[in-house]
Amino acid sequence: MTKSTEWQRVAGNGLLSRRHLLGLGLSSASVLASSAVLGADGKALFEIPGWSRQAGPGPSGYGQRSVHTAFMQRDAGAPDPLYPGGGASRSPLQHLQGTITPNSLHFERHHAGIPAIDPAGHQLVINGLVKQALAFSYESLLSYPMVSRFYFLECSGNSRSLYGARPGNGTAQTIHGLLSGAEWTGIPLSTLLDEAGILGSAQWVSAVGADAASMGRSVPLNKALDDVLVALYQNGEPLRPEQGYPMRLFVPGWEGNISVKWLTQLKLTQEPSQFRDETSKYTDTMADKTSLQFTFPMGCKSVITSPSGQMQLRRHGLYQITGVAWSGNGTITRVEVSADGGQTWAEAMLDSAQHAKALTRFRIPWSWDGATAQLMSRATDSTGAVQPTRTALLAERGENSFYHCNAIQCWGVSAAGDVNNAYV
Amino acid sequence: MPMSKPGYVLLAFVASCLLSSTALSQTVGLGTPIEQTQLQNFDLIAGPDGEGLPDGSGTALQGKLVFESRCQACHGANGEGTGSSTILVGGNMQTEASPLKTVGSFWPHATTLFDYIRRAMPANAPKSLSNTEVYQVVAYVLYLNGIINQYAVLNKDSLLTIQMPNKDGFLDRSHIQ
Repeated sequence: MTKSTEWQRVAGNGLLSRRHLLGLGLSSASVLASSAVLGADGKALFEIPGWSRQAGPGPSGYGQRSVHTAFMQRDAGAPDPLYPGGGASRSPLQHLQGTITPNSLHFERHHAGIPAIDPAGHQLVINGLVKQALAFSYESLLSYPMVSRFYFLECSGNSRSLYGARPGNGTAQTIHGLLSGAEWTGIPLSTLLDEAGILGSAQWVSAVGADAASMGRSVPLNKALDDVLVALYQNGEPLRPEQGYPMRLFVPGWEGNISVKWLTQLKLTQEPSQFRDETSKYTDTMADKTSLQFTFPMGCKSVITSPSGQMQLRRHGLYQITGVAWSGNGTITRVEVSADGGQTWAEAMLDSAQHAKALTRFRIPWSWDGATAQLMSRATDSTGAVQPTRTALLAERGENSFYHCNAIQCWGVSAAGDVNNAYV
Repeated sequence: MPMSKPGYVLLAFVASCLLSSTALSQTVGLGTPIEQTQLQNFDLIAGPDGEGLPDGSGTALQGKLVFESRCQACHGANGEGTGSSTILVGGNMQTEASPLKTVGSFWPHATTLFDYIRRAMPANAPKSLSNTEVYQVVAYVLYLNGIINQYAVLNKDSLLTIQMPNKDGFLDRSHIQ
């Protein structure tokens, strides 16, 4: 670890050049368990563990994770009796790596619970301003040409606690966990709309789900014909019930609510249908009390997932700061990290390929010497958009904001190594 | 590697498709043609232009009875709510610094009230109200907000004439993508 002092410092408070990442050797607190038997020279003896002395269970029909990682859970909160089946669960971002969220840990948001859909009894209807209204069975849709794409999905209300006057004691999960990444496979919506025949007067597509709320959202036709999918698979397997089985709309880059789950109707209309969830909810009220409607794309954003809120740094020395960045308008081109509350910034390494409207993993080495630190990340996307500071976002949006919070997050590190959500 | 017999057959099929591509359908074509009349119980969209609003009518006076038996437990006797998510009345977008958003203070379209109640309410038994009962409850909620009187008859025509207090409070940003 003392070697880190020889490495190139690229910004204040211990940030090191991303060029050093590949040779990074993090020290481990203890290699052996404390119960290790000592040899004649007083040094711990390495033993063959018990699990190497007995055959384990054989192959199984469906895999399970290790009992030692079972603590990684979505955070679902308490049910609301006024809102049967409603609510959300958040992905444990601080425990995950890479850019793909396991399906079992993908965030959820339901408006009337998860319907128990038998695909044999499910229909996808296309009606309204089309030459011929059509109904598709699930089985028939499986015959259509599909594409697979990496995309993020983020609830419009993600991170909204950052609009609050005081920083809460949150974690990456509780503040930012309405965000996940996956490979989505489905039929381009344009294929199905073309089969029905789009009339010239159509401008919008109203999508409705088969849940108890029959939740609906209106999608502009130009977006529907651009990159929207009728998604049938997530990370290679058929959608899970909580993600819309047997099919959902997937609207890349846009607020999660519009990717209507349990999709059962697509109605082409001239005007938006003005559903409750695009008027009363999911609209952005500005300082002058006017409300912006149909503010669809999720902004350029990043979050440090480690070190992050409620973690404790138990040693001085070398750490890898890592997190995810994404933009609903394009590809992440740059992520900068600061360890001194935004006074100086260094460019992080972007790990793996960058896909438009998908999560990008970033990493940078950091040498912590026990001084207080303020860790922040700032993303830039292919449109040139730069993630705003919280102060700048509040100045733009006013005090009544609720959705679309893409402010820069700050994790404060105390001298004792406690990491907490902080405002700068 | 020598090609198997099925491989040759497939190749011949692909070649014939290429040769006659102009005659091929441009879609898989597995959608079943349907008529709008088949969707009268299925298509619940009631748009702001009145498209999809069903027959039937109701007044707030009638709606009070439905509201008391089906809505009041969550929304309170006068729409005051039993929790922050079930408040139906009050609020003022112009005078309050952090406005309470309700049907009366915030919702821009009366048709949304019909659309939402029909598809999603009551939360413990969605879609259990008849179209007439939905018109009655819509009338009562509008009455509780002082938007119509208790005798006003709501139907698919009169609902379109309702002027919601915050109807001009929204800016369509759908062109910014």
